[in-house]
Amino acid sequence: MHPAISVIFFTVTSGAGFGAMTVIGLGFPLDGSRLRILILCLAACGLAVAGLIASTFHLGHPERAWRALSQWRSSWLSREGVAAIATLVLFFAYGLIWMTTGTRLAWLGALSATGAVFTVFATSMIYAQLKTVPQWNTGLTPAIYLGFSAATGWLVVAGLGDAEAPAPAGLALVVFAWVLKLAWWRQSARARLSDIGASPETATGLGFRGRVRLLESPHTGDNYLTREMVHRIGRKHAGTLRRLALLLGCVLPLGLLAAIVVLDAPSAFMLGPAGVMMAGLFLERWLFFAEAEHTVSLYYGHR
Amino acid sequence: MTSLPRSTDKRLGLAIDLDTCVGCHACAVSCKEWNSGGSGTPLADVDAYGAAPSGAWLNRVHTFEITPPVGAAEIVHFPKSCLHCDDAPCVTVCPTGASYKRGEDGIVLVDEALCIGCGLCAWACPYGAREMDPVEKVMKKCTLCVDRIYNQTIPEIDRVPACVRACPTGARHFGDFADPDSSVSKLSAARGGLALMPDLGTGPVNRYLPPRDTRRTQTATVDPPPPAETSATGFLGWLDAALERLG
Repeated sequence: MHPAISVIFFTVTSGAGFGAMTVIGLGFPLDGSRLRILILCLAACGLAVAGLIASTFHLGHPERAWRALSQWRSSWLSREGVAAIATLVLFFAYGLIWMTTGTRLAWLGALSATGAVFTVFATSMIYAQLKTVPQWNTGLTPAIYLGFSAATGWLVVAGLGDAEAPAPAGLALVVFAWVLKLAWWRQSARARLSDIGASPETATGLGFRGRVRLLESPHTGDNYLTREMVHRIGRKHAGTLRRLALLLGCVLPLGLLAAIVVLDAPSAFMLGPAGVMMAGLFLERWLFFAEAEHTVSLYYGHR
Repeated sequence: MTSLPRSTDKRLGLAIDLDTCVGCHACAVSCKEWNSGGSGTPLADVDAYGAAPSGAWLNRVHTFEITPPVGAAEIVHFPKSCLHCDDAPCVTVCPTGASYKRGEDGIVLVDEALCIGCGLCAWACPYGAREMDPVEKVMKKCTLCVDRIYNQTIPEIDRVPACVRACPTGARHFGDFADPDSSVSKLSAARGGLALMPDLGTGPVNRYLPPRDTRRTQTATVDPPPPAETSATGFLGWLDAALERLG
């Protein structure tokens, strides 16, 4: 599948933003000033909104994006849009009340956390629902999106917060997210089109007559389908990119977190692992798209 | 509304005969022509006369080579367009309601004024039936020529999809698959019509009629025997000898 930069940026960044809302809404220890609360809430909303705005860049008609809020009864993409806006409103109210009165309404926090989790879940379901991409069509896809969202969100909040951040919790979240991702990679290596028995024979239904091979493509050049769904660039570098994603997304953040614990460094240093991990996740997300195989490629000679 | 109708009164679709298709691409060209002058925006091309032409087509003819375990390979031309699925995944994923399936005849359509060009429907389609228009930036797909088949202003003979009307070998048949007595239903039943990738649960309406076995018996020999050396007689024998003498 074509790895659109806008979609990669959107899923990683808004994942971190909604993850931060979840962490704050669930009562992450913060006893700061109004300015600190403002910065925290702006960071969480800013990441989420920046991602959402980026996601409209891959639309053919961004000016009609509001129409995407109408089909929440059937479409995960629509549900994601509705949930994102509802969560932003709830979280804004939570932050505003906190800033003006100094009290954190636990129920409102829990409600915005639920909304944030559902938003990330809806994002992941846009991909996990597609039977056309067997590597995505698994319950592990929502699991990795939620895992990475929680881990990056936690690191952002810990970095911007003032209280002594319980670093072991952050370590556990990063490790947990990557355990899920390793399971996902394991699963995806077994769910390629060839693994599930999909081939040009099954795609054309003509396997009963012999081995089917594409002799002539419908067109000499490329087309929307080949560019969007028969994307093969970079797959040969997949191994290197995976190691790099693991290094930036997992090993380095864990090392930095451990160093922060050992050196008893100020919590602001948590922004280091947050940034590095998100850089690693850009690579992870790029691979999520670039390595995925779509059934339409079977009609274009893929085996 | 992008929820699918529970059932449709008719199930209009195509039966495509892979035995008689000669791969001339007339269906694809005729489709492109009709859908560039119809009710929707034209089916655009970019760099049409340049080095890297590319454009939106609603019907594309693939050509496959099938090699049986024994015997000669056969060539099968495989026109591919929207199958107007009963359980169309392209419809339910649409966030705006632009994609819909009609309750009366089962045709899957796109309302171009509502389409935001997100491309998710194209990802959800297993068959590659939807293509983004490179100029209008909205999703394009086969309409089963909805602007022809009910059109009272054109001669009755033309009230079929443009691809069906154009096919010079009669390889494309249009009709109602909900009616077991329709020509397409009977044809599909008689010829063992194939549904593409039925295990994905899309419930495609269109059927592909596989090549007949008679084809294979005609091409059964892998290496034709070399022509036998026969000595010509009569006039040809005289000519042969005369040419031989001329050296």
